[in-house]
Amino acid sequence: MLRIQNLTVSVNHGNGRKILRDFNLNIDEGETHVLLGPNGSGKSTLIYTILGYPGYIIESGSIFFKGKNITNLPTNQRVDLGIGTLFQHAPKVPGVKLKNLMNVCGEKRGERTQKGANEESALEDGCEDLDEQTRKIAKDLNFPLEFLERDVNVGFSGGEIKRSEIMQMMALKPDLLLIDEPDSGVDVENLVLIGKVLRKLLQRDEIPSRQTKAGLIITHLGYILQYLGTLDRAHILLNGRIICSGNPQIIIESVKKFGFDECKICEANQISLECRD
Amino acid sequence: MTKELREKFKKEAMKTIKKSGTPQMDVDLSKFSAEQQSEIEISDLEQVDEEFKKILLNVGVDPQQKERSGTYIQTGNQVAFCKTKSDKVEVLPIAVALEKYEWLQDYYWKAVSVDTDRYTAETELTENLQGYFIHAKKGAKDIFPLQSCLFLDIEGMKQIVHNIIIAEEESELNLITGCTVHPNVRKALHLGVSEFYLKKNSKISFTMIHYWSDKSEVRPRTAIIQEEGSVYNSNYIVMSPVRSLQSNPIAYLNGDGAKSYFQTLVYAKQDSYIDVGSRAVLNGKNSKSEMISRIIATGKSHVIARALIQGNASGATGHLECQGLVLSPNARIHAIPEIDATNPNVTLTHEAAVGKIAEEQIMYLMSRGLNEDEARDLIIGGFLEADTSHLPKELAEETKKLINIASEAEG
Ligand SMILES: Nc1ncnc2c1ncn2[C@@H]1O[C@H](COP(=O)(O)OP(=O)(O)OP(=O)(O)O)[C@@H](O)[C@H]1O
Ligand SMILES: [Mg+2]
Repeated sequence: MLRIQNLTVSVNHGNGRKILRDFNLNIDEGETHVLLGPNGSGKSTLIYTILGYPGYIIESGSIFFKGKNITNLPTNQRVDLGIGTLFQHAPKVPGVKLKNLMNVCGEKRGERTQKGANEESALEDGCEDLDEQTRKIAKDLNFPLEFLERDVNVGFSGGEIKRSEIMQMMALKPDLLLIDEPDSGVDVENLVLIGKVLRKLLQRDEIPSRQTKAGLIITHLGYILQYLGTLDRAHILLNGRIICSGNPQIIIESVKKFGFDECKICEANQISLECRD
Repeated sequence: MTKELREKFKKEAMKTIKKSGTPQMDVDLSKFSAEQQSEIEISDLEQVDEEFKKILLNVGVDPQQKERSGTYIQTGNQVAFCKTKSDKVEVLPIAVALEKYEWLQDYYWKAVSVDTDRYTAETELTENLQGYFIHAKKGAKDIFPLQSCLFLDIEGMKQIVHNIIIAEEESELNLITGCTVHPNVRKALHLGVSEFYLKKNSKISFTMIHYWSDKSEVRPRTAIIQEEGSVYNSNYIVMSPVRSLQSNPIAYLNGDGAKSYFQTLVYAKQDSYIDVGSRAVLNGKNSKSEMISRIIATGKSHVIARALIQGNASGATGHLECQGLVLSPNARIHAIPEIDATNPNVTLTHEAAVGKIAEEQIMYLMSRGLNEDEARDLIIGGFLEADTSHLPKELAEETKKLINIASEAEG
């Protein structure tokens, strides 16, 4: 579903430093991958680049989504194709009520499902319209309804911002879900809730032939992973490149044990658990 | 009022009549006349013609008086209508009230001082003083707002208003005031002194909408004195063009635990020069003030957005927030947020952002599927929506309605 080939990215104001270098990644339909890496290794940069944010300059390489070259597409058109993102840092948007943004997400989902790539419903079960859907999603996430009337993220706590992000994804129901640190700053109770929702959005409990969604989860501590069932692959990003890919359990365990320092040795010696994709 | 007192005020006014306002934005008072009589008379508010009805509705004044507890309408310098349905809230023309109640002189030029500037002085020196006196008696709680309209219908007219509003202990008062001109009037001057007094545990919610024309000059002077536990809640909305407007109300939170909220919504158009702000002086222990302003500047407009909170007493807290969008190359927003702590036990914070819409906001909306123009429109469209969470339900709905009407107006 997502294929990234030989991607090299620098950023505005980054003095020409390349944040991603000759980066490759494949995520197929039905797969959920985990991306690990130390602070500043380029994880969020990858997400912004997949979305086509200005300021992330593609020096070379391409991004394909559902077989289409999206490397130069405007962000909203990538979203129309089915990419959704849960951001690590979501901005405040004074002037836009959360309710209205939820409805935007719901409308976009409607437009996508109408095109009928698969047989998804345009609205959540039992909902007559977008407003009702928005309220239902908020209730499912224990999100106070009065928050829907507030401007997006203005005066929200860290955990509330995460939940607002998740709610928007529930309304959008993207085919590829990019998830940047869903577990940072979230208490245990909400972590369970977020885990449950992601598990459903990523269809982790469907039989493999019915899994049509794909996901990429960035996490430092991996707390969220225990709620997501079986995952397909994990990757370690170091200095702008994936230096190691493989079985999520094994990779996560070893990062927990040894940190990324051991990875640096691997990188230096060009050793990897498996061949790089 | 005693003759001596009256003379004292007049004398001070005479000395002040040339004094510029602060900051200086002089209007030549002699260029406007208070002589001409307004042509509008209202015997039955429900029978006013369609044109006038529309003018009133535009500034939140409902001629049917449905869900209103009383009405005051001043056209030019005449009281055209003054009635209240409630026996707990009195509404009178100020001149009548000063005759009727001798004690009222203790509130006259007490919150606002007569020698503030030429505009206060002119207000004192006018022959024919008008304005409203609103008095909520002890414990009075009328749900429905009182409405008032200050209306100018003659070209070149100067309207002079002196209002006094008193909320006695434990009372609650909801007010809507609309200030506006007839559609044919372009040049006009409005001077309005308003003095608010909030006694212990009283509450005043005040929504004021200004709806001017491109050559109007507007100089309100407002002050609020708050006792213990009182709550003052102001929403000020100006969305039509104006030549120049200067307004900077000041609240003195003298009592412990007093609170004040100021929300200012400005949509500046054409050549408007708008200098608006609010000030709170936190003298009471644990008193609190919040100020929020949202400003859009288009055309060649120039907005100065002021806010000042001074914390003088222990436990005082204040927060001010100013957000402004400059939407055209010739528009300007100059935000001047000030916080001033004179006591170690106060917490004052501020946040201000002016300029174009932040790219990260547009990108965020695009990441949900909107294109760039749709993202921009969504932000601008909701930017001036009021936060009505502090308002009582009835006034909240009215305020929202008013903002919708005002923001849709041509200009
Ligand atoms: N717009 C930008 N301008 C300049 N430098 C940038 C920009 N965006 C990212 N960088 C730099 O690129 C590097 C990678 O940043 P990125 O945010 O992708 O890291 P990350 O792996 O997500 O880190 P974290 O785990 O802390 O979230 C960092 O050194 C960062 O400072
Ligand atoms: Mg990051």
